[in-house]
Amino acid sequence: MSTAYTATPFLRQTVGITVAHLTKKFDNVTVLSDVSFEVRPGEIFCLMGPSGSGKTVLLKHIVGLETPTSGQVRIGEFDASDHATRAKVRLAFVFQAGALFNSMTVYDNLALYPREHRLGDEKDIRERVVHALSILSLEKAADKMPAELSGGMKRRVAIARALVMEPQLLLYDEPTAELDPILSATITEIIATLREHIAVTSLVVTHDRSLALSIADHVAIIMDGRIRAVGVPEDFRRTTDPAIIDFLNPLIDLKHPRFKQLENDHE
Amino acid sequence: MKQFIAICESFGSALCMLGRSARYINTLPRQFPRFIEQCYMIGYSTMPIVTILCFFIGSAIAQQSGYSMENLGAKQFIGALVGLSMVRELGPVMVAILVAGRVGSAITAELASMKVYQEVDALVTMDIPPERILVLPRLAAVLVMMPVLTVIANLCGWYGGALVCQYTKSISVNSAAYFAMLKHYMTTRDVSDGLLKAEVFGFVVITICCHIGLNTRGGPREIGASLTKAIVTSLIFILVLDYFINDILI
Repeated sequence: MSTAYTATPFLRQTVGITVAHLTKKFDNVTVLSDVSFEVRPGEIFCLMGPSGSGKTVLLKHIVGLETPTSGQVRIGEFDASDHATRAKVRLAFVFQAGALFNSMTVYDNLALYPREHRLGDEKDIRERVVHALSILSLEKAADKMPAELSGGMKRRVAIARALVMEPQLLLYDEPTAELDPILSATITEIIATLREHIAVTSLVVTHDRSLALSIADHVAIIMDGRIRAVGVPEDFRRTTDPAIIDFLNPLIDLKHPRFKQLENDHE
Repeated sequence: MKQFIAICESFGSALCMLGRSARYINTLPRQFPRFIEQCYMIGYSTMPIVTILCFFIGSAIAQQSGYSMENLGAKQFIGALVGLSMVRELGPVMVAILVAGRVGSAITAELASMKVYQEVDALVTMDIPPERILVLPRLAAVLVMMPVLTVIANLCGWYGGALVCQYTKSISVNSAAYFAMLKHYMTTRDVSDGLLKAEVFGFVVITICCHIGLNTRGGPREIGASLTKAIVTSLIFILVLDYFINDILI
């Protein structure tokens, strides 16, 4: 069955996320411990935390790539670990490295979802893909292979591929990692603009303090698999929690270097 | 015990993958371009190596059996021996081994790298089952191409044997006598048994290679480990299954 495509506006119906007492263990290692928070429909929610604190694992639970040891993740009214949820909620995931299909052109990367889900004929699909490419100023890259793109362009293509899905929920895994400050700012602007443009709920996992505190409606900080704090960006600018202050504004102290403390911790 | 459980788990998980692939069998008509691409990869690109190797395998059997059978005074039966050996045993087994080495390794490497670089996860998040577009077209293609490759392997083996018999002085069995014997002792059942074996081997090899590729965990280093595992497992399965299928068919 062919469904006619209307280029704009994208679907306006957004969904929220509820994470309730989520615990995840790999063998005997607890990666997430009793994590709870809520992302409201239509907002930008940033999840920050040091490397290895469990951010990406948490994101994978929301996408349904991991199943909880205990607790629950709900997307709208649906259980995220249920495979059927992906058919009920349009959820797009922008992977850290883009995860573009290397054997396909940029155009085919974007066209894969509508083709596989038979969202209209080839003309409708072309319209949909061109529209997504134009939002991210990627029209000239349509015929390129992923290997020919720079890091920043790969991220933009990954975001464009997510947009083609007309998502109700858009998840970003470290969207500015390994990018220079200008490109990071560009991606930050794109995330903020998309919220205005397509009214999508966005969950951004990031290390990038400026991204989180400049565009997020709410921020959560996760440390050692536990939620340390949740609040609006202003709360984090005024926080008195030394661990959060240290994470958000790390000072270079050559007299007492951190790597020496890490060595002591390991001993 | 732990290893035994791991083997059982892998076996079960491969069966589940097959089950999930079978669920999307009705999508095959609209995956025709992918199916053709896989037919090209499995069939056309493997054909030259199958042709060359099986020609020389047929030649070597004729050479060795000519030497042995001359002492027994039975060298007029070389045609039947080469023909039956190729059709019932060496044709299907050699094609399966070549498909495992040439195509299976490429499939494992491709799927393992897609898994490691999160392309498979991207498919899952897009609600596109990897079994549908990565496994099913390959299984369908191997089922179509294995009989074709096996027939080519058999023909090359026969003609390799015929040439050796004709032009080796110590054997000196002319092609007409060679093919007459081959025709006399060969039945349709021999050919169909060989083709059935080839189908089973091809299906098992592609299942193993897809399963190991899609279950690769860790970084790029694991791609190489998966490749080795897929080839070794495929070869073991080909030879073990060969014995049991022979047991059933003979």
